[in-house]
Amino acid sequence: MTSAAAKPSPPSGGRGLGEGGAQGAYAHDTGYNFAYLDESTKRMIRRAILKGVAIPGHQVPFGSREMPLPYGWGTGGIQVTASILGPSDVLKVIDQGADDTTNAVSIRAFFRRVAGVATTERTAEATVIQTRHRIPERQLTEGQILVYQVPMPEPLFRLEARVAETKRMHALADYGLMHVKLYEDIARHGHIATSYNYPVMVDGRYLMSPSPIPAFDNPKMDRMPALQLFGAGREKRIYAVPPYTAVRSLDFEDHPFRPIRAPHACALCGSRESYLDEVITDDRGGKIFVCSDTDYCTERQATKAAAE
Amino acid sequence: MYVATKGGEQAIGAAHAWLAETRRGDAALPELSVAQIEEQLGLAVDRVMAEGSCHDRGLAALAVKQAKGDLIEAAFLLRAYRTTLPRFGATAPLDTGAMRIRRRISATYKDLPGGQVLGPTFDYTHRLLDFSLTAAGLPPEAASQAEPDTAPTPRVTELLAREGLMQREQPSEAEPGDLTREPLRFPADRAVRLQALARGDEGFLLGLGYSTQRGYGNAHPFVGEIRVGDVAVCFTPPELGFEIELGDIGVTECQMVNQFKGSRTEPPQFTRGYGLVFGHGERKAMAMALVDRGLRAAELGEEADAPAQQQEFVLYHCDNVEATGFVEHLKLPHYVDFQSDLENVRTMRESAMKAAAE
Amino acid sequence: MDTRYPGFADPVLDAQASFRAVLEAMSRPGRVQAVVAPPELPPGLSPAAASVLLTLVDAATPLRLAAGTEVEAWVRFHCGCPFVCDGAAFVLDPGATLMELEAGTDEEPERGATLILEVAALEEAGGWRLRGPGIRDEHRLRVTGAPPGFVAEWARNHARFPCSVDVILCAGARIAALPRSLRIEES
Repeated sequence: MTSAAAKPSPPSGGRGLGEGGAQGAYAHDTGYNFAYLDESTKRMIRRAILKGVAIPGHQVPFGSREMPLPYGWGTGGIQVTASILGPSDVLKVIDQGADDTTNAVSIRAFFRRVAGVATTERTAEATVIQTRHRIPERQLTEGQILVYQVPMPEPLFRLEARVAETKRMHALADYGLMHVKLYEDIARHGHIATSYNYPVMVDGRYLMSPSPIPAFDNPKMDRMPALQLFGAGREKRIYAVPPYTAVRSLDFEDHPFRPIRAPHACALCGSRESYLDEVITDDRGGKIFVCSDTDYCTERQATKAAAE
Repeated sequence: MYVATKGGEQAIGAAHAWLAETRRGDAALPELSVAQIEEQLGLAVDRVMAEGSCHDRGLAALAVKQAKGDLIEAAFLLRAYRTTLPRFGATAPLDTGAMRIRRRISATYKDLPGGQVLGPTFDYTHRLLDFSLTAAGLPPEAASQAEPDTAPTPRVTELLAREGLMQREQPSEAEPGDLTREPLRFPADRAVRLQALARGDEGFLLGLGYSTQRGYGNAHPFVGEIRVGDVAVCFTPPELGFEIELGDIGVTECQMVNQFKGSRTEPPQFTRGYGLVFGHGERKAMAMALVDRGLRAAELGEEADAPAQQQEFVLYHCDNVEATGFVEHLKLPHYVDFQSDLENVRTMRESAMKAAAE
Repeated sequence: MDTRYPGFADPVLDAQASFRAVLEAMSRPGRVQAVVAPPELPPGLSPAAASVLLTLVDAATPLRLAAGTEVEAWVRFHCGCPFVCDGAAFVLDPGATLMELEAGTDEEPERGATLILEVAALEEAGGWRLRGPGIRDEHRLRVTGAPPGFVAEWARNHARFPCSVDVILCAGARIAALPRSLRIEES
């Protein structure tokens, strides 16, 4: 088994490195199968993905493999991505909306090494986007697949820890427990006190965890033109939302779902629509807000600069 | 003007270079060889094989070295390597009755066929730091050994079973499940449970096993037998059609004898808690046997509300590679979720303070 | 019995390309996709069905197969799957009907079978009206050579959701998929 990192071949044209544009395909490390997983593992995962697509929102158990990255660090998303990825794909990896967060950097480097695929930081250029905790601000298109890293696939786990019991609840579409929980929130706080990992109903049948994205992102899931795949490696589940599928955040008539964002403008690009990160600038209470989606923000800054 | 920090890739590269440097430690000292680790830190190597679920002492020793002695990290390295190996099939069940025994003890009988063999054990050592080990010296003299007993060494549990006092396990020719290929389903059968426990974290199982002794599970265990030694691994390749011996592996087996009051269908008898681990791992094998027996409570018609008796609780949480990954993932950035919570808490505080002021 | 017919020219990348075609077909029901097929095939097997088998079927998936001995030898060699009559995960048998196949359970609906159905032709215009997940408004799919009464049987199949059977239609080297969530109307 070889352990030497693949040497990048020269970028195959387009923009140079470091500008966020597609980096050309790399020669993949031939000590491993293409995209790391062996073919029978890929087949097993592919079958699970197809059943997930056919039963939107239903968690399909799969024989999750031990990956060379730790459980909880994206092994589910990585296995899904590895099973769908081909040499002509362009991969984008984000964590917290940003391409340059350490774990996103690490996962992107993993796929460059084991699959030799082209990578990009530009949402518009990507065919496969693996994400942790965010959906890009730019609307995704039919030609794209969004792969979520999921820590806890079971939306009911805080209310019922036993997996056998939650399976039964999904079988019966018995989601009263979740409605009661949300209603208790309203009684206590005047509104639903869930701000991320906000549960959704998929195509009116399955209660689903959207993964810990902020509730702000939930509406983007509804009838999204792109295919959405979810991988939970440690919990060994795969699920999916096909394109244009109804995804409704749970709410009540008198307390409709409302996405939360910090009520500010981005200090870099001025956006009042995007999801913002709070950045502490000094120890005297100074802080600014900037876009969490780094590609969206960079693009807006470039457009603004060009216009000036 | 605020500029976001960049350069994750360089930072990661530098951190890993630093890691390699600290792994080597003081370069003036001789470097540990993998062979030294394998020979002189044998129990660490054995634990990594057991929890790494891969019987290869050399690779386990390498993992211990690479992990700087962090045994869970080492088990993780070994697991990640194991998962890339092709699977040829299932071997025949190990015949631990035919084990070449290095150590064998029973707490239930004073003497028995095959005898009590203490073997290399910490038992009865006085735990006094041995300062003579701080200075390199000559290797210890070879220990005196009794003439090896060539008589067969029957299992204690089998002696009881012949009298009808020990519940026999149902033999099965079916290939057992494999939780590394199929996700757990509940209720999990005993073979899968034992596989999970054999790979499980020693500390977790030790704590759980201990809890059954302290009233959380009502166990009445006796060590029927612990045996440590080498057993042959046999496999029938489909293309040959007959069984061949692949080689020997070192294992530790523990059979706990537990009282069972009987049920509507079964008379009172003893039941078995079973533990088997790669290498020399008595503590783990014993803890495993206690927990295995705990997990049988429901099928034996006993009350099953203690933690060690709950399949989901035990099997989902005994794997240290899964557990460490998820606990440690909290180190990853979570600032997007945290931001949502910040806004949420600010809103809730505002309305709470307003309500208090009114 | 051996086979003289090959599998994928590139087992890794051809399987990947075919999987993406199947995934696209399953995600956007009624959209017709082209698959990569082996260079030469045993008689009685379309390139599309061959490609689907090579991409998804292996020792872990029992297959119900009725396509002649040459196809059986080819599948045995390249997929290595067990052959079964009942409880198949994949089915390639023109005599199979949706309602008799494994449909999974309410707790494990993913155990519902996948039926690989050979038809004469697939066109994205006219014919059936498709609605459901994966479709923005409506897709049209004209299937030539579907079994008689298929649409009525599909309605019964769909009504069992989430238990049910999923279908991959194969015509030449092209496929379209009918996931169980789909509603089909004859126009």
